[in-house]
Amino acid sequence: MPERLIGAVRGIGHRVVDAVWRMGYAARFFAATLLHSGASFRRFHLTIKEIYFSGVLSLIIILVSGLFVGMVLGLQGYETLQKYGSESALGTLVALSLVRELGPVLAALLFASRAGSAITAEIGLMKATEQLSAMEMMAVDPVARVVAPRFWGGVISMPLLAAMFSAIGVFGGYLVGVVLIGVDEGQFWSQMQAAVDFRQDVVNGVIKSVVFGIAVTAIALFEGYDAPPTAEGVSHATTRTVVTSSLAVLALDFVLTAFMFRGA
Amino acid sequence: MASDNLIEIRDVNFTYDVRPVLKGIDMVIPRGKVVAIMGLSGCGKTTLLRLIGGQIMPTRGQVVVDGLVTSELDREGIYALRRRMGMLFQFGALFTDMTVFDNVAFQMREHTDLPEELIRDLVMMKLHAVGLHAVWNMRPAELSGGMARRVALARAIALDPMLIMYDEPFTGLDPIAMSVIGNLVRRLNDALGATSIIVTHDVQESLQIVDYIYFMADGAVIAQGTPDEIRRSDTPFVHQFVHGEIDGPMAYHYPAPPYGADMGLEAAHA
Repeated sequence: MPERLIGAVRGIGHRVVDAVWRMGYAARFFAATLLHSGASFRRFHLTIKEIYFSGVLSLIIILVSGLFVGMVLGLQGYETLQKYGSESALGTLVALSLVRELGPVLAALLFASRAGSAITAEIGLMKATEQLSAMEMMAVDPVARVVAPRFWGGVISMPLLAAMFSAIGVFGGYLVGVVLIGVDEGQFWSQMQAAVDFRQDVVNGVIKSVVFGIAVTAIALFEGYDAPPTAEGVSHATTRTVVTSSLAVLALDFVLTAFMFRGA
Repeated sequence: MASDNLIEIRDVNFTYDVRPVLKGIDMVIPRGKVVAIMGLSGCGKTTLLRLIGGQIMPTRGQVVVDGLVTSELDREGIYALRRRMGMLFQFGALFTDMTVFDNVAFQMREHTDLPEELIRDLVMMKLHAVGLHAVWNMRPAELSGGMARRVALARAIALDPMLIMYDEPFTGLDPIAMSVIGNLVRRLNDALGATSIIVTHDVQESLQIVDYIYFMADGAVIAQGTPDEIRRSDTPFVHQFVHGEIDGPMAYHYPAPPYGADMGLEAAHA
C-alpha cells in the first residue's frame, strides 16, 4: 500500500514537473520567435505567403459564418427589441455585439479551427519528415525561416478577419432587419453610427483580435514544433491546438473585456 | 597546414538523460575518402552524424571537423561549419511545399547573393548531375522514392560542400535505385573533391563504393578496415552482420525470462 501511494505521489510530481518544464519551453520558444522575427520583415514575401495561407484561405468560412451570425442577431435582436418598441435600435445592437465581442471571439475560434490546426499539422509533419532537421543542417534556423513568418502571418491576418467578420455580420443583420422584416433603414444606420464609438468599441475590438491572433498562432506553432514526430503525436498536437487556443481565446476575452469596458 | 583527416573523433561519449548511447568512440575520416559507419539500428550511428553536424554536443571527448572542435564553437560558428556540409536524410526530407527546383535552390538563396539567372543555371547543373534535370518543376510528392533521394542529393551538394553525410541512403529503395544512389555517392565525392560519411546497414552496396568501414555495436566501435578486410574478418559480430546470419553474437531472441515461465508452464509444475 505505501508503495502504491508513493508511486501515485511520484506520478503527480512527474506530471507537475513536466507541465512546468513545458510552459518554460513554450515561453522560450515564444521569445525565440520574437527574437528571430527580423527575416519575416526583411523578406516580407515569406510573411505574405503565410498571410495568404492563414488569412485568405480562411476567408470563406469567416464570411459565411459572419453573415449567418449577423442574420441570427438581426432576428433575435428584433424579437426582443420590438417588445419594448425599440426596434430602431437594432442596428446598434447588431454592430456593438459584433464589433465588441462576437467578431473578434468567433473569428478567433474559427481561425483556431481552420488555420491553427493547419499550422500545427504542417509544422508537426515537417518535423516528423525531418524537414526541420534538414533546414538546421543547412545552417538555416527553422524558427526564423518557418516559425516566425507563420507567426506574423497569423497575427496580421487575425484582426483583418475579425473586421471582415464584423462587417459582413452587420450586413447580415441589415438583410434580416431592414430588407426582410422592414425596420426603418435610416434609423438602422443612423443609430448604429451614433452609438458605436471608434475608440471605445472599434479600437478595443481590434486590440482583442490582435491579442487573440498572437495567442492562437503562438499555441499552434508551439504545439506543432513540440509534437512527437509520429502520426499519433501530430494528431494529438492538432487537437490540443484547437482545444487550448479556444479556451485561451475565451479566457483572454473575459480579461480584456473586464479591463476595456468597466462602467463604459 | 591542414590535417590529412577532415574529421577526428576523440574518446567521444554521449548520453541521453542517463542512457549511454556512445561509449569512448575514436574515429578518423581522412579527406577525400568515402567512409561507412555500419551497425544495427540503435547502435548510435545517427547520433554520431548529429555530433559531427553539431546538432548535439558530446558529453565527453571531442569532435574535430576541419580543425575546429565543435563543442568550442558558438551558434554562428556551428552554422558557418554547416554551410560547408551537405546531408542526405534517410527519406530525403525534401521541403514538400516547394518544387524540386526551389528545394535545390534553397541554400543558394539563403546563403548567397547570387542572381536568379545564375541560381537557375547552377540548380539545373546539380539536377543534371543526378540525372533529373527534367523534373525541376515537379513537387516532391510526384517523385518516386529513388528520385526523391536523388533530388535530395542534388540539394545536399548545392553549395559544393567539403563533407557530405548520408543517413541510411539505401533504405527502402529497389535494387536499381540503390545502385544509382551508390554510384552517385562515389562519383560526386570524387568529382567534388569532398569527403563522405555513409551511415548504413546495407552491407553489399556499401562494400562496393566505400574506402573504409567502421563497425559499431552497442555504442562502441568493434571493428574497422577496408572492404576487403571486412569481407575476410573473422570477428564474430562482423561475420554475422556481413553474411546476414540469423544467430550469433546478436542473438535471435531478445533477452527474456524462460519461455516456459511466460507460458505459465513452470507455475503449473510448482
